[in-house]
Amino acid sequence: MSFTNEQLERYSRHIILKEVGAKGQKKLLESKVLIIGTGGLGAPAAMFLAAAGVGTIGLVDFDVVELSNLQRQIIHLTKDTGKHKVLSGKETINEMNPDVNVVTYKEWVSSSNIIDIIKDQDYDFVIDGTDNFPAKFLINDACVLSKKPFSHAGIIRFQGQTMTYLPDKGPCYRCIFQSPPPPDAVPTCKKAGVLGVMGGIIGTIQATEAIKYVLGVGDLLNGYFLTYDALKMEFRKVKLSSNKNCGVCSENPTLTGLIDYEQPQCELKGN
Amino acid sequence: MSEIKSDAYIDITDVVCPMTFVKTKVAIEDIENGQVLEVKMNEGEPVLNVPRSLKEEGHKVISVENNGDRTFTVWVKKGDI
Repeated sequence: MSFTNEQLERYSRHIILKEVGAKGQKKLLESKVLIIGTGGLGAPAAMFLAAAGVGTIGLVDFDVVELSNLQRQIIHLTKDTGKHKVLSGKETINEMNPDVNVVTYKEWVSSSNIIDIIKDQDYDFVIDGTDNFPAKFLINDACVLSKKPFSHAGIIRFQGQTMTYLPDKGPCYRCIFQSPPPPDAVPTCKKAGVLGVMGGIIGTIQATEAIKYVLGVGDLLNGYFLTYDALKMEFRKVKLSSNKNCGVCSENPTLTGLIDYEQPQCELKGN
Repeated sequence: MSEIKSDAYIDITDVVCPMTFVKTKVAIEDIENGQVLEVKMNEGEPVLNVPRSLKEEGHKVISVENNGDRTFTVWVKKGDI
């Protein structure tokens, strides 16, 4: 493909970068990133990936936009309340950058659909922007089993965390956290609250990882866990190693299929 | 000087910074390592900055010629990057 003059101008600040250039921008335009969850993390991640010219962005969410989402889920506007988040997200992206093809999946991920969704467009990279442990373990296991790199993240109150998984390189999320905590043992951000900007910081780091992966530049957060404390304004990068007894990514995995963990009851009734 | 053999040519006299360098970068990425790109640019800011930016990226500026009509022609050999 060759660039139109409009594209050269739109992506000029990228093309000027030695690590990107015209070749890198072409890679971005040909890349496909799947974002699971279009909330606090997924919204900013989707917007920056769209602005960067990621050619195909998949959005997965069954939720509809509520007023209480708008304090942090910046892809949705006040007029979008009541609308499905994937549709609202697609509209915002389409208005921002016509180069981006948005594929929407109006569903929750489960063991029965996640592999099909990942394979639907043969996505290059997956972003976990979900807000619950069953989905996080499901995404980890599905990405390990289908050999897809992905970015994990979570935010609550003034805290955020993120790590990146690369196929066959480990560690995966399950290496660190063997299984989900008991339902209701950990508060969700609905109950505990979350500073609106947390998704902006951490979701944008996830988008950065996706972009670097596509470009093949720099060092990714694989083998590390990055935590962010906004009150102390402190980042910590903790080195991790693979768990040789990991249930999913070790040489002798005990899990061979996907698991639908139980969701806390209160989480099942929308937001 | 103009007998330097070039493999590609681009005229960036119709654009301003940063599109001058953007268009030059796109053109140089389209040729092979060791090949030569001939770039026609305006005097002033473009001729001050574009050759310098090309050098910073690892390319070799072979020659700069003042065309006498407020434009310059720069020959640059693509570096191994």
